[in-house]
Amino acid sequence: MSQEWQFIAIFIVLSPIFPAAPVILNHLLGPRKPNPIKQQTYECGIETVGDSWVQFKVQYYIYALVFVIFDIEAVFLFPIASAYDQLGLFAIIETVIFVVLLAMGLAYAWGRGALEWI
Amino acid sequence: MTTDQVIFIILSVFTLGTALLVVTLRNLFHAALALMATFLGVAGLYVMLDAGFLAAAQLLVYIGAISILLIFAIMMTRRLMNTTESAFNSQGGASLVTAVIGFLVIAWAVSQFSRVLPQVVQKQVDMKPMSPDVIPYIQSSVAAMGQAFVDPNGFVLPFEIASVLLLAGLIGAIIVAWPKAEDEES
Repeated sequence: MSQEWQFIAIFIVLSPIFPAAPVILNHLLGPRKPNPIKQQTYECGIETVGDSWVQFKVQYYIYALVFVIFDIEAVFLFPIASAYDQLGLFAIIETVIFVVLLAMGLAYAWGRGALEWI
Repeated sequence: MTTDQVIFIILSVFTLGTALLVVTLRNLFHAALALMATFLGVAGLYVMLDAGFLAAAQLLVYIGAISILLIFAIMMTRRLMNTTESAFNSQGGASLVTAVIGFLVIAWAVSQFSRVLPQVVQKQVDMKPMSPDVIPYIQSSVAAMGQAFVDPNGFVLPFEIASVLLLAGLIGAIIVAWPKAEDEES
């Protein structure tokens, strides 16, 4: 294992401290005078009606699926992008074909209305 | 025990522990979150094998996308949070047999690999970590893969086929999963 990964290890150790420190400091230093209005849920404005663990519609799944496809496309394109200055015209055309094929899928999903958030 | 071994043991325990949680937790949503942690542990193991790009792809695709897909699929199930069923069914014997066979096959494959392994390991030992020979090698491996993707003598056909496959998967999923007009009304 190469040494450069040690930075990642240091980040893994350090990164939880940054979100945790304000919360802990707030807990230790902040005054607490609770009243019913303060205790209410305020996130996203309104209180939940019924159970928040509702059954999702299938459109969300398709939305996630479109995301997966283009995430994989990004993984495929990244190595090509990192070798971009060593590639010829043929390679660029190949990449464009790759992207256009997937763009057709995006166009289909768009036309079908799969990208509309419900 | 070297530092690498300590890190490997920590990563393995983390991966196996969270994998165990995936199959034992009753709440499907919590199981999906544990699965994301398992993927993270596997990405760590890839890093230990010096497969940095594979680890990044694991993070991006499995933790970033596949887990979201799984969670959305779980969100479509009914009675999501109040699960009372046990996570176990009566097929323990059959799964034990399958697991033993799978283990034997993998053990056999690894034992075959171990014939060539000493040479590979020797090659790795010859290249000292962070020596000037290794750094360009690691940095260029992703670029070399990119070149192989679009090289006519390389993997250009599989690369384009992957694109068609992704397209087919996308369109197929929309056709299968898109609610029909009569479902919409009900």
